[in-house]
Amino acid sequence: MSDGQAAIQISDLVFRYVPGGPEVLRGVNVRIEVGEFVALIGQNGAGKTTLAKHFNGLLKPSSGTVRVLGRDTRTAPVADLARTVGYVYQNPDHQIFAQRVRAEAAFGPRNLGLGPAEVDRRVDAALALVGLQDLADEFAFSLGRGQRQKLAVASVLAMEPPILVVDEPTTGLDQAGSRGILDLLSRWNADGRTIVAITHDMTLVAERVPRTIVVNDGRILADGATRQVLSDTALLRTAYLRPPQATRIAQRLSDLGVAADTLTVTELFTQVSRLLGAPGADTARHGASEANGRTV
Amino acid sequence: MDGVTAVPADDIVIRVRDLQFRYPGAARDALAGINLDVRRGEFVGVTGPSGAGKSTLCLCLKGLIPAGMFGGTISVAAQPVAPGSAYVESSALVFQNPETQIIGLTVAEDMAFGPENLRRDPAEIRAAIPRYLEQVRLSGYQDADTYRLSGGQKQRLAIADALILEPRILILDEPTSELDPIGKDEVFEVVERLRRERSITVVMVEHAAEQLAEMADRIIVLDDGALVDQGPPDELYRNSRLFHRPDAERAPQISEVLFQLVEAGLISADQFTAREETGIERLRSLLMASPSAVVQHV
Repeated sequence: MSDGQAAIQISDLVFRYVPGGPEVLRGVNVRIEVGEFVALIGQNGAGKTTLAKHFNGLLKPSSGTVRVLGRDTRTAPVADLARTVGYVYQNPDHQIFAQRVRAEAAFGPRNLGLGPAEVDRRVDAALALVGLQDLADEFAFSLGRGQRQKLAVASVLAMEPPILVVDEPTTGLDQAGSRGILDLLSRWNADGRTIVAITHDMTLVAERVPRTIVVNDGRILADGATRQVLSDTALLRTAYLRPPQATRIAQRLSDLGVAADTLTVTELFTQVSRLLGAPGADTARHGASEANGRTV
Repeated sequence: MDGVTAVPADDIVIRVRDLQFRYPGAARDALAGINLDVRRGEFVGVTGPSGAGKSTLCLCLKGLIPAGMFGGTISVAAQPVAPGSAYVESSALVFQNPETQIIGLTVAEDMAFGPENLRRDPAEIRAAIPRYLEQVRLSGYQDADTYRLSGGQKQRLAIADALILEPRILILDEPTSELDPIGKDEVFEVVERLRRERSITVVMVEHAAEQLAEMADRIIVLDDGALVDQGPPDELYRNSRLFHRPDAERAPQISEVLFQLVEAGLISADQFTAREETGIERLRSLLMASPSAVVQHV
């Protein structure tokens, strides 16, 4: 995996908002390959968003380098970076400004200099992907919070960037909305696109995201397979985080044969069923773990 | 379903009857006939999908939707929500979006705004600010500019804004949506402590099912403007058909696992719980009693 061009390659990144001020990022090294789906987790104020804003050149390193598909963000034209890295903001209302849903989704691709037919094609595709095709002519601000979040995602998808960064994509959404956004990101990732998601939702990370990076106090505290990272309770506590409830339960039952790196309800149910003597339950844990078993 | 419970009338601090409300110009009711009684000191969790009417219910309970605009009746602390009603001083609302609420340039100014409006003693207000900031993990932030705070910090400030009013009734609309897991725990702990020390009544809209199941006396489920189900967490998550489906609102993971074990006939229904510690204890006893598990262990 280390051959070829990384989607994002960060070396010794140090960042201060004010020259001479405190270091918000304090020597970050990360390599994200093309086609990966990565979660950035960490407590409020850990530096996740500051780090992610370096991925599209919105912030530039105070020292160290950030390369996006090989190009240094300090010298690459902003327009090129905008084409390469789509960024969905934490609060959709910080992003949405057009009156109508369709106009909002068309703004990005039109700015890329695409012709009207191509803009229409992309807008239709993006709105369909998020399930807003029937609301294309509505006022953007008449949509509910979940729908506005989806519109913010669609507006970025319509630019068809090879790398997508989403900051807290499920905040304020109900379960159906959260799963809808995650399904969307998974489909987008299955098409070969690189996705970085900042989130507090350990359950969704456990169920969906193969690799997890823990940011703590401006540094990378851990970076690895989600199964390893999310089952390391002591490490997560250092970062003011904790494993999903299914993992916490499994760890308290590990002396009775439940795997301490259990990540999901399905995995926990399957193991407990087997231990309670349910017929035919013994192969299921393997199947359930495959979705998360991908190593980095 | 009816949210009315049979308890003595003077123990009811919030009484809602046939509450109906439609936003001007909207095609359908945001609230379509809600009945709800909340007992003094009760912690009521409110859940349900986006657009169910949860935030609108909070606005009604706080009196922010004026009487005359809604149908039915609401009384809070035995006073009807009506023009000129003074009951609002006994309740505080933490809004879903903290930016709706934060108006001070600095954290201290923002926190002082509410109590100053209630004409509390300025010296007492100044003394109280650090205490409440500590409760929401913002110690030392008195002089910080509010616009520089992160989303999570703003959310915690909004909670401190409400707490400093020392309300008898605390209404919180998704107060932890932007907080990290420990931050969520801290908010729940603050609320729990206030209940213990001052027996305040809490109505809290929240998607964090696991914390809600630990803390709430009762959870009500709204959908499409109606109160569609309710109960103590252990009963609701066991019996309601609204959970344990892929697109359903999230239930505590312990309840998901136990629900599936009950449905599979592997454990009896009386083993079910939505609480983490109780669930772990029950699973432990069940596994220790199981011959297959002992083989695993050895």
